[in-house]
Amino acid sequence: MENNRFELNKNLAQMLKGGVIMDVTTPEQAKIAEAAGACAVMALERIPADIRAAGGVSRMSDPKMIKGIQNAVSIPVMAKCRIGHIAEAQILQAIEIDYIDESEVLSPADDRYHIDKTAFNVPFVCGAKDLGEALRRINEGAAMIRTKGEPGTGDVVQAVRHMRMMQSEIRRLASMSEDELFDAAKELQVPYDLALYVHKNKKLPVVNFAAGGVATPADAALMMQLGAEGVFVGSGIFKSGNPEKRAAAIVKAVTNYTDAKMLAELSEDLGEAMVGINEQEIELLMAERGK
Amino acid sequence: MNIGVLALQGAFEEHRQMLSRLGADSFEIRQERDLNADFDGLIIPGGESTVQGKLLRELNLFDKIKELITDGLPVFGTCAGLILLAKKTENDSRTHLAVMDITAVRNAYGRQLGSFYTEETFGELEKVPMTFIRAPYISEVGAGVQILARVGGNIVAARQGNRLVTAFHPELNKDVRVHKFFLENIVKSRAAQS
Repeated sequence: MENNRFELNKNLAQMLKGGVIMDVTTPEQAKIAEAAGACAVMALERIPADIRAAGGVSRMSDPKMIKGIQNAVSIPVMAKCRIGHIAEAQILQAIEIDYIDESEVLSPADDRYHIDKTAFNVPFVCGAKDLGEALRRINEGAAMIRTKGEPGTGDVVQAVRHMRMMQSEIRRLASMSEDELFDAAKELQVPYDLALYVHKNKKLPVVNFAAGGVATPADAALMMQLGAEGVFVGSGIFKSGNPEKRAAAIVKAVTNYTDAKMLAELSEDLGEAMVGINEQEIELLMAERGK
Repeated sequence: MNIGVLALQGAFEEHRQMLSRLGADSFEIRQERDLNADFDGLIIPGGESTVQGKLLRELNLFDKIKELITDGLPVFGTCAGLILLAKKTENDSRTHLAVMDITAVRNAYGRQLGSFYTEETFGELEKVPMTFIRAPYISEVGAGVQILARVGGNIVAARQGNRLVTAFHPELNKDVRVHKFFLENIVKSRAAQS
């Protein structure tokens, strides 16, 4: 009988599957998200679109603001720390956050090392744009993976690229003979046992969500059809004309992501979607942070 | 034997894997038309009760499922499923299907740092693995509710007729005995009556 934190932390991600995790900046937004059917909320001071617009160094949010959101809702509350910022992660653990996102959306604090997540009791989710990144983060202790996408753009193209890349690399590993895995692991820069797990199970050892640029119910359904087990929606909700309605529609789209007729109904009259930025128009590619 | 697994949100896939290991067929219930299938039992999985409760209503599943359970359809709820089946929740004014005379306490062990694993007795089964994830427990039961398991004095599993609930997640461990209990003692015995 043991309390294996990594197992328990992976298990919490399993409970989030088929759900939508929404970025919120105030207790009021958190309540709107919960009422709209969010399975968890990400507490942050500025949503990615505003971080992008404001520029400068972006850091962990004020713990008081995060606690306000923890007190406002009954669903799990996540928060972001900078890549490699061990102390920010310790602070988030001290306020009993349910999940830490070691996130490329914030300015990286370490340009070489990620946090040793095995040293923590609370779970971590990390972004990845291919299988190698995903397995390296899992090896460091991440209990959940999400695509990086390109946050704050309302453009889903990068999330699609990352999810397709991961799925195609998983299929490639799965089809190899076992003696080819040693070299594949070396190529991916990942430990052999994780490559072997993917080979045998044809999936990541942890839950894998889509994130970055999801703005409509159709975007969410697209990501689910490409193999995501759930969806993060950041700027897409509270930067749109009717956040309540759009959030609720995205939640239903994730549950019934193959039913085009229902998706058509859900996509009606949602008001204005967030104004998107194409990837060619942006100077800062957040997805390139932390490999 | 065909079991419907409510697949609105949460760990429904894990339940289907357990059922398949026990040789039972299963299918996912995501919208109204899925209820047209013939089935012998229903599983309501872990996940967020707020999400599942909302989608049950908005996808027009609520009344039909409540009616089926009231008519005796065997149902097994884990974690969020326990909340959805409880007639009362101590720290939440929302109730959902409300078909079991139990009072639940939501997030009774606190946030994720309070999640834990243990092994305890479940009915006549010994050393059953129990994984609690931001779990509820049962603070009170009404007449006719049989208590099946306790952890640290708190009620974590109960049965009332054809309705079974656990605060923990038997679908997350390899041990199939709790699912087997549901299939053999509840689903099969109802099938034998009708």
